[in-house]
Amino acid sequence: MSRPAPASHLFRGTALPWLLLLPQLVITALFFFWPAGQAVWQSLLREDAFGLRSEFVGLENFADVLADPTWLAAFGRTLLFSGSVASLALVSALFLAVQADRNIRGASVFKTLLIWPYAVAPAVAAVLWLFMFHPNIGIFGRMLNAAGIAWDYKLNGDQAMLLVIVASAWKQVSYNFIFFLAGLQSIPKSVLEAAAIDGASPRYRFWTVVFPLLSPTAFFLLVVNLVYAFFDTFGVIHALTQGGPGKATETLIYRVYTDGVVNLNLGSSAAQSVILMVLVVGLTFMQFRYVERRVHY
Amino acid sequence: MKRRTLGMASAGLALPIAAPALAQGGPIEISFWHGLPQPLGGLLEGIANQFNESQRRFRIVSSFRGSYPETMVAAIAGFRASSAPHIVQMFEVGTGTMMSAGRAVKPLHELLAETGVSINFDDYLPAVKGYYSLSDGRMMSMPFNSSTAIMFYNKDAFRRAGLNPDQAPATWADIRATATRLKAAGHEMPFTTAWPTWCQVEQLSAIHNTPLATLDNGFGGLSAELAINNPLMLRHLSTLVEMGRENTFRWGGRDGAGDALFANGSAAMIHASSGARARFVRELPGGVANMGVAMLPYYNDVAGAPLNSIIGGASFWAMNRGPNATRSADENRGIAEFFAFLAQARVAAAWHTETGFLPVTKTAFEQVRASGFYTQNPGADIPIQQLLRGGGQMTGNTRGIRLGGFVEIRVIMQEEMERALQGGQTPQQALTNTVTRGNVVLRNFERSNRA
Repeated sequence: MSRPAPASHLFRGTALPWLLLLPQLVITALFFFWPAGQAVWQSLLREDAFGLRSEFVGLENFADVLADPTWLAAFGRTLLFSGSVASLALVSALFLAVQADRNIRGASVFKTLLIWPYAVAPAVAAVLWLFMFHPNIGIFGRMLNAAGIAWDYKLNGDQAMLLVIVASAWKQVSYNFIFFLAGLQSIPKSVLEAAAIDGASPRYRFWTVVFPLLSPTAFFLLVVNLVYAFFDTFGVIHALTQGGPGKATETLIYRVYTDGVVNLNLGSSAAQSVILMVLVVGLTFMQFRYVERRVHY
Repeated sequence: MKRRTLGMASAGLALPIAAPALAQGGPIEISFWHGLPQPLGGLLEGIANQFNESQRRFRIVSSFRGSYPETMVAAIAGFRASSAPHIVQMFEVGTGTMMSAGRAVKPLHELLAETGVSINFDDYLPAVKGYYSLSDGRMMSMPFNSSTAIMFYNKDAFRRAGLNPDQAPATWADIRATATRLKAAGHEMPFTTAWPTWCQVEQLSAIHNTPLATLDNGFGGLSAELAINNPLMLRHLSTLVEMGRENTFRWGGRDGAGDALFANGSAAMIHASSGARARFVRELPGGVANMGVAMLPYYNDVAGAPLNSIIGGASFWAMNRGPNATRSADENRGIAEFFAFLAQARVAAAWHTETGFLPVTKTAFEQVRASGFYTQNPGADIPIQQLLRGGGQMTGNTRGIRLGGFVEIRVIMQEEMERALQGGQTPQQALTNTVTRGNVVLRNFERSNRA
């Protein structure tokens, strides 16, 4: 029998397995199912801010959200934002990892410095970027204006978008870098040497040997980066632009915050969270079902 | 910011230690959440400490909860979780929401009647009293830091451009001419504004006796609609857009963000809260001697203009603890006595002279005038004069604004203004969009607050 023995052969009775599972089940129920259930229930209600009067409205909140042109615009903007953040963060991390993987003097110093930004909280990272690129008090912001480039991300939506993309991606590069570097170091040297002996140029070696062997890592990072761009960039956007100017940097997650926390429109905010939840579940499912097939493990 | 967080954390640590003291007959703690950053927050907490020292029965525990909108959200979330503060400082924009908040708030007139504490509201400035009372005159919240928007300008910048530093531009034509002159003299940021919707939409409408919303700006009921899609606002937004294009007007950011541009000496002229005076006096290069103060400008070809500006700032609301929890008689007594302490002319006068907020009572105003403060500090009485401009006879358009969901409407106004200023849409489109989107908010608020 090559398959592992069924659980009942390892544990007598079912009490112990359940007991061991219990902490995780409690955490999942408490921090996922309970709030998610609350969100679903809330999304069917219309309430005043203080929660004193509530009215069951069925799917009206969903209908309102999906018919709102500003929400649809935020949806498109989120796709652009997430795609840009993920590709920028992945490409630059891969580039840096390949460079750091060579035998250079002080490689460990470079590696440490490259990993460093991951320890910075998103909001703090955003403040760093703010101090660099604020049109009036930022060093680079002032330099750009002095050089004749009208830099004012507080009023120019495209510049604001560019800034939050770069700041969000910068924050994620370190994380990707660690994984890419580990992935590169796990590629057997003999394979690369064999390719070199066969006369493959470095570029050719990279695209035909290294890159395919990195694809599991890259795929994992793609999922993580997209989820990061969807949900964890709130701090960066909040500290840098608050979704503005206009609605130029308002992503779906920021919209949930604005409608729920600032505008106290809890029904609509809950409906948007439920839509987001469905989207992310769908996205993850699609990625694992279709994209993963093409990845070499 | 960091120091503040530490302070709050240590206040939280102090609580369990203070709790046993209460059981042994120590002072009754009254929690007070406010939204004033430094230096104003420190001055405000100083007043609470004076109250604590003046008697032994109650102790006000102040805590800073972030900006005004953040404080509002924190108080509402606190109420939903049955941990609302006894007193919350609520900015004027939240007044409409609080008035419809039912049993979440303890109306001031009820609080005073139940506790037997009396405050003479006839002594309050009519503009202040009217803002926080029901149509029958009963007070809903305790007025404290009322301000109005005024203009500050940098006298050095005026001098360098060859302008008379003692003569401020009085009309919008003057503002434009002055800004152009400053620009020509090499000044990078002739004019900016803090609180863009308050200064450039709400105050502008009032000064020109133009409605911001129907039904007397919402004082007449929940079915009011936005009315800013009018020729005056179109003209004004177009002016700002043109000045932006000519680089004589710089968008300073939403809400109070613009203040920093004047405080650090970058902007030559700013429209800001009179309560920003405390900060500007401390931070502006050249100090108070370099700070010019003037009334908000107006379009002099508009008939009847200028009328009085409207007030802003905040008032103090007594809150119930949660949906199913009220306060004890002792707690209410403590809140009422703190309010009575604030109503003293001495306290109101000191707050006014230290910060630039209005002297909210007539007695305080007389006391400050008699002390010679206004002759020693020229311009310190500008906010009051501006509130009385046009004879002090308020119209339905100049009494104030009472719209539900107004925090959200302000965000909408700012978004649409930003898009107009960056050239993404015309001023006309900005106004049309604001009215359409704003009315959705008003209708939703009306619907969820119907009795």
